[in-house]
Order: sequence, then C-alpha cells, then structure tokens
Amino acid sequence: MTAPRTRAQLARAVARDIPPGSFVNLGIGQPTSVANYLPPDSGIVLHTENGMLNMGPEAIGDQVDRDLTNAGKAPVTELPGSSYFHHADSFAMMRGGHLDVAVLGAFQVSHAGDIANWHTGESDAIPAVGGAMELAVGAKQVFVMMSLFTRDGDQKLVPSCTYPLTGLGCVSRIYTELATFDLTRGRVRVVDTFGITREAIIERLGLPVDA
Amino acid sequence: MRAVICQDADEAVADIADGATVLVGGFGPAGMAETLIDALIRQGATELTVVSNNAGNGTTGLAALLAEGRVRKMVCSYPRQADSWVFDDLFRTGKIQLELVTQGNLAERMRAAGAGIGGFYCPVTVGTPLAEGKESRLIDGRIHVLEHPLRGDVALIGAHQADGLGNVVYRKTARNFGPVMATAAATVIVEVAQVVPTGALDPETIVTPCIYVDRVVTR
Repeated sequence: MTAPRTRAQLARAVARDIPPGSFVNLGIGQPTSVANYLPPDSGIVLHTENGMLNMGPEAIGDQVDRDLTNAGKAPVTELPGSSYFHHADSFAMMRGGHLDVAVLGAFQVSHAGDIANWHTGESDAIPAVGGAMELAVGAKQVFVMMSLFTRDGDQKLVPSCTYPLTGLGCVSRIYTELATFDLTRGRVRVVDTFGITREAIIERLGLPVDA
Repeated sequence: MRAVICQDADEAVADIADGATVLVGGFGPAGMAETLIDALIRQGATELTVVSNNAGNGTTGLAALLAEGRVRKMVCSYPRQADSWVFDDLFRTGKIQLELVTQGNLAERMRAAGAGIGGFYCPVTVGTPLAEGKESRLIDGRIHVLEHPLRGDVALIGAHQADGLGNVVYRKTARNFGPVMATAAATVIVEVAQVVPTGALDPETIVTPCIYVDRVVTR
C-alpha cells in the first residue's frame, strides 16, 4: 500500500489475523474497534474481564443496561451463548492460559516483546493498571495495536522499554500504521509496510538489518 | 449464623467501626451498592480503608464517601478514569493513600482470604514495579510473585435478588466482585432489588450461597 494505514484499516488487519473460533480479549481503547471487523461467521468469542464471554456489540437506545458493560464500562449486549462469571473466575481464565489472543494498546514495546502500557512514570500521573498485566502474562498470544511514533516523534518499538513495564517477553505481533512486526525470541521481523519501504523503516527504527 | 433481612440500610450498616476495612463491590457503577454506601455516609464511620476496583465515579456512591473525607486509603486496580475527579483531587493533595493492585490479584487475594489460603504465587507483575519488594520463587521454570490474602471487616455488595435465607443471585456483569467479596469479609451486607420467599430461587442458579451472607437490604 502507498499510504499509512488508517485506524479502521489497522483494526481490519488485526481482525483478519485472529484465527476463527478463538477466545479473544480486546483491550480498552483502540483494540475495542477490532470487534467491528470480526466476520460474523468466524466463531470468535469475545471475553471481557469484568465477567462475560460472548460479549455482543455496543448497546444502543433501549438496549442500554447499567448491569451490562464491557471493561471500558461502555454498555454492551449479549450474544446467544453468552455467560457471566465473577472476577476471580474471569482472571483465572486469563492467567490459566485459556484465552487465545489478547489485543492491547501500548506506550512502548521492546524488541524482546516486553510491553509498557499502564503508566507513563511521570510523578504527577495517577497510576491505573486494571487487568493489563494479567492479559499480558496470561493470553497465549498478545497482539499490540499502536502508532509507531509518539506525537513528539519518539519511536515506540524500542530496544528496551523506558516506561514502567506491564509484562516481559509476551508480545508476538505489533500492528502500526506504517508496518506490521513479528517478534520472536528477541528478533524483530518486518511483515509488511504501508506508505514507507521496508529499508526505510528498518533504518528509521534502527532495527537489525536482517529484520 | 443465619442472615438477617434488615428493615433499612441504616440498620444494616450501624455497627461499621472507624478504621474498618470495607470491601465495596462493583465495576464502575455496575454492581455498586449505592444504597448501603449512602447509609454509610449518614452513619459517619471514618478513617476507612476501602477495597474496590475503581475509586469512585462521578459524585455518587463511593465517590460521595471519598468526598466526605472518610477514606484514609484506597486499595484498587483502576483509580483514574474520566469521571474519577473526586479521588484525583484527594490523591494529588496527599489526602488519601493508594495501594495499586492488579485487577486479577485484587480478586484472587480476596478469594484466598475467603477460602482460607495464606497467599499464592503468581507470574503476573514479574519484572514490573508492582513486584518490587515482594518474595518470588521459580515454579515450573517461571518466576512467580507471592501475593497475600486480602480480607475485609465488612463487604458492601450490590446484587439482584436474595431469598429469606440470604441466598443471592446477580444480574449480568454486575456480578463482578460480589461473589468473591462475599467470602472475604467478617460481615457481609448485600443490597438487592428484591427479596423473594425462600424456595423461590432455583438452587442451580444461586451464585452466593447464604452461608456467606449476614445482612440483606432492599434498595
């Protein structure tokens, strides 16, 4: 493609790579939009850590129910075959390795797959972690969706994270507007690029030349 | 002891002491026991430690208790939100302490307390600031961090229905922390939309059995 991916194209790309029949948790923020692009016949079951499997789309109008929300506290709906459970069970599903894929946002990801996504470390910031660490550690595969650079132009795929960590060595794939990356045992591979050449992105990120 | 169906919320919370640790159910507004929290505000207990996933939303419920200056310390996973300005102000001016616990560890620490388990080792938080100073050990080739049980003097839980014995059912994702907190506090107080006759709830659907419940109030 000749241009960077839009947010919608990014969400569509993540959705396409989730295997049919997977149990999936979409993190709050940008990853939530992946749900809009999952094929209806994929058999993918969405987990929300506040205690539900087979979560449906966002609730609108009369569907809004104070007792039925997603992890971002937005009103959602049930799908046929949905189930409810308490928090200890919900996080046992995550920690116990029962989730196939978690899609998370991130401040930084390291070449080794470490992720930082909960705290900027600034002294006046109020830290909030939620279930990010359990998702990072527990899901069989962790995909990250993020912009490749901050507003200030700092890269977010880095040799090692400078922000407080969420989890170690857990990210296997990163989707950004300019490129998709696979991370395997400390090595970064450029899968595809958008609006930039492979050589240019390797140089701009300072990646090993065989990436 | 058998659960007591209280006449009103003020009666249910009358004996909560200054300095108590109070487990407050709810995930945002879903499952928040606002009737009981309003009664606790009227009751006056202070210097409280509150354990809850969030640190209040908007100006009602837990946020209102915080605004009254009655909470010394929050134990929670996700204090900062778009509508958490009451907590934010208290925290930034040093008027409240915060113990940040991951959402799953928060639930599991209370589960451990309620199940008589003296702690557990868990791979979550390894390599992060939340593991600093904690004991760890290698189990099956993976580092695990020791987490301790978390128990309350009182739990305030919002649920859907209870029967005359104090068996409780919840509604949708408002279940969240309720069933775990119900096991982990010395006194468990549940507010429900409706108390139904004993026998009216299908035994197969009961989520919190009456053994855990001390008091029930209708909201």
